[in-house]
Amino acid sequence: MSVLKARGLTKHFGKVKALNGVDLEVNEGEVYGFIGPNGAGKSTTIRILLGILKATSGEAQIFGKDVWEDAVDIHKRIAYVPGDVNLWSNLTGGEIIDYFTKMRGAEVDLKRKEALIERFQLDPTKKCGTYSKGNRQKVALVSAFAADADLYILDEPTSGLDPLMERIFQETITELKEEGKSVLLSSHILSEVEKLCDTVGIIRDGEMIESGSLKELRHLTRTILYVETKQKIALDDLEGIHNAVVNGLSYEFQVDTERLDDVMKHISQSGVIKIESAPPTLEDLFMRHYEGEVGGVQS
Amino acid sequence: MKGQFNQVGSILKLILRRDRLRISLWVLGFWVVTILTAVAFEDLYPTDSDRQEIAVTMENPAITALIGKGYGLDNYTEGAMMAHQMLAFTLLFVAVMSVLLVIRHTRSEEEEGRVELIRALPTGRLANLAATIVVMVITYFVLAILIGFSLFALGIDSMDLNGSLLYGIAMGVTGIFFAATTALCAQLSETSRGAIGLSFLIVGVSYLIRAVGDVSNETLSWLSPFGWVLASEVYVNNYWWTIGLTLVVSLVILFFAFYLNSIRDLGAGFLPTRGGKRHASAFTKNQLGLTIRLQKTSIISWAVVLFVFGATYGSVLGDTDTYFAEIEMMKEVMAIQDGIPMSLQFVTMVSSIMAVLSTIPVIMSLNKLKKEEKRNRTEQVLATAMSRIKFLGSYLITSLLVSLIMLGSSAVGLALAGAQTMDEETASFMELMNAVMVYLPAVWLMVGVAAVFIGLGRLNGVTYAYLGFVFVVIYFGGVLQFSDTVKNLSPFEHIPAIPVDDFQFWILFSLTIIAVVLMMIGLVFYRRRDIKG
Repeated sequence: MSVLKARGLTKHFGKVKALNGVDLEVNEGEVYGFIGPNGAGKSTTIRILLGILKATSGEAQIFGKDVWEDAVDIHKRIAYVPGDVNLWSNLTGGEIIDYFTKMRGAEVDLKRKEALIERFQLDPTKKCGTYSKGNRQKVALVSAFAADADLYILDEPTSGLDPLMERIFQETITELKEEGKSVLLSSHILSEVEKLCDTVGIIRDGEMIESGSLKELRHLTRTILYVETKQKIALDDLEGIHNAVVNGLSYEFQVDTERLDDVMKHISQSGVIKIESAPPTLEDLFMRHYEGEVGGVQS
Repeated sequence: MKGQFNQVGSILKLILRRDRLRISLWVLGFWVVTILTAVAFEDLYPTDSDRQEIAVTMENPAITALIGKGYGLDNYTEGAMMAHQMLAFTLLFVAVMSVLLVIRHTRSEEEEGRVELIRALPTGRLANLAATIVVMVITYFVLAILIGFSLFALGIDSMDLNGSLLYGIAMGVTGIFFAATTALCAQLSETSRGAIGLSFLIVGVSYLIRAVGDVSNETLSWLSPFGWVLASEVYVNNYWWTIGLTLVVSLVILFFAFYLNSIRDLGAGFLPTRGGKRHASAFTKNQLGLTIRLQKTSIISWAVVLFVFGATYGSVLGDTDTYFAEIEMMKEVMAIQDGIPMSLQFVTMVSSIMAVLSTIPVIMSLNKLKKEEKRNRTEQVLATAMSRIKFLGSYLITSLLVSLIMLGSSAVGLALAGAQTMDEETASFMELMNAVMVYLPAVWLMVGVAAVFIGLGRLNGVTYAYLGFVFVVIYFGGVLQFSDTVKNLSPFEHIPAIPVDDFQFWILFSLTIIAVVLMMIGLVFYRRRDIKG
């Protein structure tokens, strides 16, 4: 069952077309990774989904309700964390967490709040003016996770967190998933998306260029091979080879996953001494789309 | 769209929680000043004839422009006096309060991304603006009632309950009116700076229209909200309907502001934003140029304000002899010396006041460095190949430049208008210019003091406190009879009062040397201390 569904969202800011027909669907109990480079339209899409910006055209629903018309109702069941958190400098972190919880119409669950504060190692008695960027981010995360929401919308939530905190964040998301909650996670930290997400959508220049489950997208990815051979390999004849670095008889290159079979057959004729492969990562997938227009990669 | 105003109450609580002190201080400030003035007037002008005497001096176009038309001048009761001499200026400050508070909770919040956080909660689209307006209305209601009953409680004959309440409510309604115009500006401009500028422009133009209207054409005053509120003729005729008119117009403006808020995107405005420069100009490529560039707007605005202020004072210079000759209090204030024309002594007093006022933007200019540090911007500059001496140095040079600009524009304003009204023999244009410009070394000394505290990195408030002290010595020195020891603590007291006194080079030279030494001390301290951001 889909929790969030958007069809053909466009958004124009004057002459600038920020979004150009974005489709998005998040199912119940799913963690959806929303990735794209800076300025691709991630935050614009999310703000439309929050009913903060009005889409120029297209429609979007959360829990079956229109995101613009029924924003207030929807927001009772969602929690949001922006990438750049600014808080009221003369209130403490603890006060803000409680305030947000109250605004959602819920009572403050002290046990849950304390557990989260403990977990994210936040000092809730400090005034927000004195928090560092990472600590402000933690305040927003704790207040989002303290809410018993059905859908968590997180816009690059780990920017400013140290790796240790990132891990705790990932654990928390995994737990939410186990509880059957849905998460829309926008990011450009790909390892994070890869670890957490079931489904991935890639946006660039205001258009969704790929979406589907990670498995479905693997065919678009490349495998990295490190090879040492006895004889020279004629790489030029091969299709589907990218970014080759040749150093004598050692080679490092990327192979389109669907060409892997041909390439392996070809290499094996040159007398393989050593071969290492690295699994296709989302990074490559992302890079491939990224360089798409510049490099003109065949697919 | 459902629930446009959902959770106004919660946001309102948040605003009050954040600003309970700030708002209380504003209200308290108005209360203290208003009540103290009323009490002071009673002491200063105990009898009808005292008041009638001052009433005569009030029929002067410059004063009318500055503080508004006097009502009931032929029976200048204490109430009439209060409403005439205090209300217009008080209303101006009420307007300033509205602008600052409303922008703080609307466009600034939006700019900082906090409205987004709020909007992602189950809150209505218009709830933030609505909560801000409600807070303002509550604040002004409290202010109106507090002022109204307190004035009445003073038990002064001419200040009855009806008039006192009207006085308070005139303040409140003016506040609401400018809260409404500011709320509208907050929708129009994309940045809080732009919105503040636009809002202040409306306040300024409204006051100016009233000033021009009151002097020349009464119909014109009816185009200004200040004109409407002042036309209530508090304590004289108590016309409540003009207050009603202001309220109705406020509501219309508010309605429009809410409408614009409902149809725009978060973060967007209605005024076109200009694209910036792609490349830094040669001017802004060095630290000094950048420092000046960053302060450009505030330098220009202050210079204009000081020019107008100087010109206002200058325009009354010519009539001084007639107006002030008979007033005992003015003689005390100015510590009159016999044998020297009244108007010349007035020139020296006005010059010293203009000099102190001109010092405010100069000190502010240097203290911008403090704000830079607070916003973590200094560390980025000092992380480059920029020495601390050069960095603070460029701020010092900027503030010295600002001192020339500010004193210069006050002086030109005063001298231009003054030379028009005074006869050539009493004081020429250049003499009037010099009367103000001679204060430069004293202003530099204040810069030196500010530099020391910038160097220390704390207690920056002391500089403003010192400036406050200097102002009190100049403004109330005569009346309060300070001892010479106290007076000598103010650098402004050492400046020869040109054209009455002779030009004394060595005094000015010594003050300049002291100023330079203080700046050096500031530089040394700055080099040795921790930079906090």
